[in-house]
Order: sequence, then structure tokens, then C-alpha cells
Amino acid sequence: MAILNEEQEMLRDMARDWASKESPVTEWRKVRAGGQPEAFSRDAYSAMADMGWTGVIIPEEHGGSDFGWLSAGLVIEELGKTLTASPLIANTVAASAIILGGSEEQKAAWLPKLASGEAIATLAIDESARHNPAAIETSAAGGKVSGTKAFVHEAHSADLFVVAAKDGLYLVENGQGVSLSSRKLVDLRSHAEVSFDDAPAQKLEGGGDDLLEQVLDRARILTACEMLGMAQAVFDTTLDYLKQRVQFNQVLATFQSLQHRMADLFGDLAQMRSAVEGGLQALDSGFGVARAATIAKAEANRVLHAISREGLQLHGGIGMTDEYDIGFYLKRARVLEASWGSTPWLRGRFAGISGY
Amino acid sequence: MATQVDSAAASEGDAFREEVRQFLAENFPAELKGKNNALASVEGPTEESDAQRQWREAMGARGWGTPTWPKEYGGGGLTKPQARILDQEMAKIGAFNPIGGMGVMMFGPTLLEYGSEEQKKEHIPPICRGEIRWCQGYSEPNAGSDLANLQTMAEDKGEHYLVNGQKTWTSGGQWADKCFCLVRTDRSDKHKGISFLLIDMDTPGVEVRPITMISGASPFCETFFTDVKVPKENLVGEEGNGWTIGKRLLQHERTNLSGGGSMARLMGASIADVAKHYVGTDADGRIDDPVLRDRIADFEIRWNSFLLTARRAVEESKAQGGVSEISSVLKKLGTKLGQERAEMAIEIMGLQGLGWEGEGFTDKELAGVRGWLFGKATTIYGGSTEIQNNIIAKRVLGMLDHQ
Ligand SMILES: Cc1cc2nc3c(=O)[nH]c(=O)nc-3n(C[C@H](O)[C@H](O)[C@H](O)COP(=O)(O)OP(=O)(O)OC[C@H]3O[C@@H](n4cnc5c(N)ncnc54)[C@H](O)[C@@H]3O)c2cc1C
Repeated sequence: MAILNEEQEMLRDMARDWASKESPVTEWRKVRAGGQPEAFSRDAYSAMADMGWTGVIIPEEHGGSDFGWLSAGLVIEELGKTLTASPLIANTVAASAIILGGSEEQKAAWLPKLASGEAIATLAIDESARHNPAAIETSAAGGKVSGTKAFVHEAHSADLFVVAAKDGLYLVENGQGVSLSSRKLVDLRSHAEVSFDDAPAQKLEGGGDDLLEQVLDRARILTACEMLGMAQAVFDTTLDYLKQRVQFNQVLATFQSLQHRMADLFGDLAQMRSAVEGGLQALDSGFGVARAATIAKAEANRVLHAISREGLQLHGGIGMTDEYDIGFYLKRARVLEASWGSTPWLRGRFAGISGY
Repeated sequence: MATQVDSAAASEGDAFREEVRQFLAENFPAELKGKNNALASVEGPTEESDAQRQWREAMGARGWGTPTWPKEYGGGGLTKPQARILDQEMAKIGAFNPIGGMGVMMFGPTLLEYGSEEQKKEHIPPICRGEIRWCQGYSEPNAGSDLANLQTMAEDKGEHYLVNGQKTWTSGGQWADKCFCLVRTDRSDKHKGISFLLIDMDTPGVEVRPITMISGASPFCETFFTDVKVPKENLVGEEGNGWTIGKRLLQHERTNLSGGGSMARLMGASIADVAKHYVGTDADGRIDDPVLRDRIADFEIRWNSFLLTARRAVEESKAQGGVSEISSVLKKLGTKLGQERAEMAIEIMGLQGLGWEGEGFTDKELAGVRGWLFGKATTIYGGSTEIQNNIIAKRVLGMLDHQ
């Protein structure tokens, strides 16, 4: 566990408290039952905004608290534990694109609204089912963009899209020239194919040539935070279950083969936490972000994959039921594993960054 | 000498092959070609079409849905090599065996071994004709891996047993006609107090409550028995012999769950074809991603050696007169490979491989996702992987707990 300052500890405790009391997994069940395509509770998101969570990485002059990435990550981890559905990651990463690459006018126009929760923004980058930022065909000309984006997260609630075109990132407001087609994935969150057809757009001129990669690294790291929360929750739930469930006149936790399985996963989880916190710290220090983000997401993929699979297996039949929560984690896990870099893709990137 | 025998066998085989071809040409409805719905076993039965009924009846009349079962009880009476020819010829034209389920996979073979003559005459023919659906009443809320802890009680009332208790995870319970159950006839002995009892699902006092699974379907149930009267003649074997019979049935279940069984059916297309389709190929037809190509080859080699192991085990156990503890090895290996393959397919397809429903996905893609999720159960039911490992370590390898 990273050393937290007092502010960060308070923020984490507040998030933990809120998530467990106000947003347990039963809240996700309600959202699911509601069947709305945006797939989160507006009330919950307003509450998050009121607590300042939508503005954690946004500068104070634009309505945020500028608490930094570690703080943002702590909140997202806690929300991940209870599968709280919200566009918080999408919005935070999209805001970071504006912070990194936006003009003063663009910042003034959007950041206060994103910080207050009045508007929601998301990234529209990939154009196929597999993450591949090198293969972008969307084009921009004369202040308009055209192209189709696949599986855009949190598309249904987005007021603003940060769109990758061949020559850079653009801000596109939801409206003229923008159309959505829902894609219902196993996690039942908001995903859509989004088409831009001569949609009015403003370029993010700043941030340098690698702006897209910088933004994607933020997406990778925050996604890894959600995955960390999920992995921790599945681990804790499984451990509790093994300590309660009796078979052969003894609790399952007394079987050595299961003890070793849990001990292995505990080691994996420790590595995942270090990798994820390493990513957040890199963002706060501005040093070695690409490498740290790659490690964070790759370890998140590996460990959550294993824990979500083992957690289900160790529950036996009950884990296969919709009444029990663990299946939700498995389904969300695979969607996040595939987003912003699958494991093979991240390995390739890591080797590239490392010069081999 | 050997060559003479071989060629005699070969020409017999040829004659039989000819017979099969003719039968298929006359009876397999062309519209069913390639329509073997593997997911039906997962998602529950669908309405039977005329063609499906016609095909089931034709195969049932021949006994070829249960090709190696004795003819006198309605089976096909075929030899193993003949059954293989039947499979091959069906595969060639996209035909399939329309008769399956728990009756065929596990209950039938067990009853043939342990049932009385009357029981076999009563229960085996309808299984061969695919007319009766059976379900398995083993697990209870507190008797999963520790199956022998089961508490559902069958009290001897002279004329009949009076059954009270609860089963759970009863696959297909809501569609089944009958249930083979493990019940307790004696509380004083954990294992010897168990009996094997057949219960009609429409007997008063039997109630089922379907449970929704993570894959969205509700293929299994809680089953409640309240003062259910079961005729004495429905006891299989002796009272107190249920644990032995019940375990034998599990060996059949395990053999079916691994080798040529449900996992292989759920797997469908080869993983290489999935990769070719979703990743593409280079000019030489190679999968356009060398790392993925290597992983697929690694998987396929292990999958093939598993199939060889399954075949060898079947041949050896035939020679030794039936299924054995090797079924534990097969079950553990086959289900793990099946899960690995499903996970790999999802990874290859990216988010396209994670569709739940609606626009933007093919039926095949959606079925693949449900199959992936349902497949998580294969390492849990039929005795979990951990339990198979215990069986292998203790009974096969003699690694006993230290006292
Ligand atoms: C889809 C599905 C269909 C099913 N269909 C049927 C059916 O038709 N009829 C029927 O009777 N049952 C059925 N079952 C039930 C199945 O047989 C049980 O789920 C299984 O036996 C495991 O029992 P359990 O669920 O109580 O898990 P538990 O026994 O509680 O096991 C939980 C975990 O602990 C592990 N474990 C338990 N004991 C040990 C040990 N000694 N050492 C190491 N690890 C251990 C298990 O492997 C598992 O990972 C079905 C289950 C599923 C999921």
C-alpha cells in the first residue's frame, strides 16, 4: 500500500464508506434491472460529483481539487470493489486530455462542467474490437471529423467525445453528425459504436505528438485501478466463503490445497497493487508513465483474470448463479482486460519501450 | 492369419458402412444438416420440429442413438468399430446423434449394470428412443463435494418409501420426466446409509424452482421433496448400496464430460479458424500474429494429446471391463482445456467476443459467450477439479492423508 497523506486517507475512507453503504452490488442489480442504455444511476453520479470525485485531477482554477492521480485511483479502486457503475473513469481520462492538450478556452469551456458533473465526457479511440491506436482511419478536415469508433465506453451519457483522428485528438460534442448504436456486452454497462459524420470538432492542439498515448496511458492506469478493486473484492469474498463453507465436516479453508491456492493469489494481488500504484505515482511525478502504465495494465489483466476465474471455481455451484455476485466480476473483468490493451498487446508495447 | 482376420473385419466394416450410408440417405432430413444445437444441452430444450422428431424416431427405432447398448433393451447392439463408422458417416454429411441427455450419458449404463431385469425392461427402451428425460438428484445445499453428506430421507413405509428433503443444482429438473436420486435410508452410516432411488417428477410433493445462471439461462433447479411416495420397486440395487452405484454413475458422467462429451461439442470451430477469421492471415495463409500462432499451436498440440489420451483410456477401460478412476484424469484435463480454449477465443475476438445480446453480434458470437460462461461449470459439476485431484492422489497414486 502506498504511503498516503492525510487528505488521501480521508478521501479513500470516504469512498470506501460511501461505496459499501450507498453503492453495494445490490445497487448495480437495480441499475441492471432498470435496463437503461447508459447503465448507471444519475443520482449516484451526482453524489460522487458533490463529494468532489469528478474533479480530483482537474486544476482548482477550473473547478477541480487537483488532488492528483493517486487520489483519483484510490476512489476508483473503492468503486471497483462494489462494481459501482459510473462514467467516472471515462470522464476523468477525457478531462485529462483537455488538461494536457487543450487551449485555455477549451479548458475554460469544459473542465468546470466536467468537474461539477454537469457534463460527461468520454474517449472515442479504437475503431475495431481489439485495442489498436496505430490503426486509426478517422479523418478531420475543415473543423469536422468523420469516422466510426467501436465499443466506446460510457457513450450513452457522453456530452463530449475526445475523438482520435489520424492527425490528433478532437473534441466533438454529442449532437450534429454524431450517432450511436448500442453494443450490449456481458458486463451490461454502456458501450456503443459511435459514428461521426462531418461532426463539428475542435482540435486539441497542445500536448505534443504523443498526446494520444499520454491519454491512453491514463485510461490504462485508471482502468487498472478499477480492476484492482474488483480483484480485491473477489479475493476477500472468496476467502470469507472458504472460511465459512463446511464440507467433509470441516471448513474448506482448512484444506491445504486451497490454502496454497489462496496464498498464491495473495502474492499475485500484492504484485497487482504495486503495479497499479506504480502507475498512479508515475502520473503524479510525470516520470516513466508509458512504462509504468504498461506494467500496471498488464499485471491488472493477468491477476484479475486469475482471481476472477479462481474465485468462481472456489465457490462451487453457487458461484455459477446469477443470484450470487461473483459472476458480475468475471464478466466485467473480461471487458476491462480487452479494453485499452490486451495482455499480448501490452507485452509487445513493453518490449518496444524497453528497447528489445 | 492376422491379415485374413483384418480383411474379413474390413469387409464386414465395408458392408456395415454401406448399411449406414443407406440408412442416413433414407432417414436424415436434409434440413437438419449441421444443425446440432450444442447449446440446447445448456439452455434447455426447444420445441421439436417435425424433422427433428422424424430423425429422433428413426434413430431410436434402430437403437443407433445408443449404438453399443444391447439390442434386447432397445440399443443398437453395435460393436465399438461399428459405432465409430456410424459416427464417421454421420459427421461426413453433417448428421448427428439426436438422442442424448443424462439417460444416455450416465443413468442408462449404470442401470444396465446394476438394475433388475424388470427395471432395465422398463427404463432402457424409452431412453434409447429418446422419449424420456432424466435428471440427477445428487447434490444438496450441504452435500456438494461431500456428496455422501446428503440428508434427503427415504423412509420405509412398507409399500413405498416416503421421501423428504431438498436437492439442488438439478440440471434440467424443470423439464425432466424422472429423476435418479441418492437418498438416505439409514442415518447411522454415512456411506452405507445411502440408496439409489428413481422418482417420477410428477409425483405429488415434488417441486422445482429454476435458478438463473451467470450465462443468463436457467438450466438447473432447486428440487424439493415433501412426503413424496415412491414405490419400492424403484429402488435400484439393494438398500444401502446407493453409494457404490452412485459413484459408478459419476464415472460415466466424468467420461462423458471430458472426451467426446459436452466440452468438445461446446467448443465448435477450431481455435485456429477463429483466429484466421478475426485476426486474418498473411499471404502464405499463416495467422497474422506470430505470437498468437505459437499459442494456438501450443494449445492444439495439448488438445490433440488429450484426445489421444481419452481414446487410449476408453480402449483400456473397455479391455478391463468398464469405466474406472482414469475418468477423473480425463475429466480434469478435458474441462481445463475446454475452458482455456474458450478464454483464448474471447481474447482473440476482443470486445466482439464479449457480446451479450442485441445488435452488432452474430448468433455464433453470442452463443460463444454463453458457452464460455456455462463452461465455467464444467470444472465444478460431476465432481470438481479439486475433487478429481483428490481421487487421483488418494486412490490412483496412494498418497494418503497423514494421520
Ligand atoms: C451447472 C451445474 C449443473 C449441475 N448439475 C447437477 C445435477 O444435475 N445434479 C446434481 O446432483 N448436481 C449438479 N450440480 C452440482 C455439482 O455437482 C456441485 O456443484 C459440485 O459437486 C460441487 O459442490 P458445491 O457446489 O457444493 O461446492 P463445494 O463442495 O462447496 O466446493 C466449493 C469449492 O471447494 C472445493 N473443495 C471442496 N472440497 C474440497 C476438498 N476436500 N479439497 C479441495 N477442495 C475442495 C471445490 O472443488 C470447490 O472449488 C451442478 C452444478 C453446476 C454448476
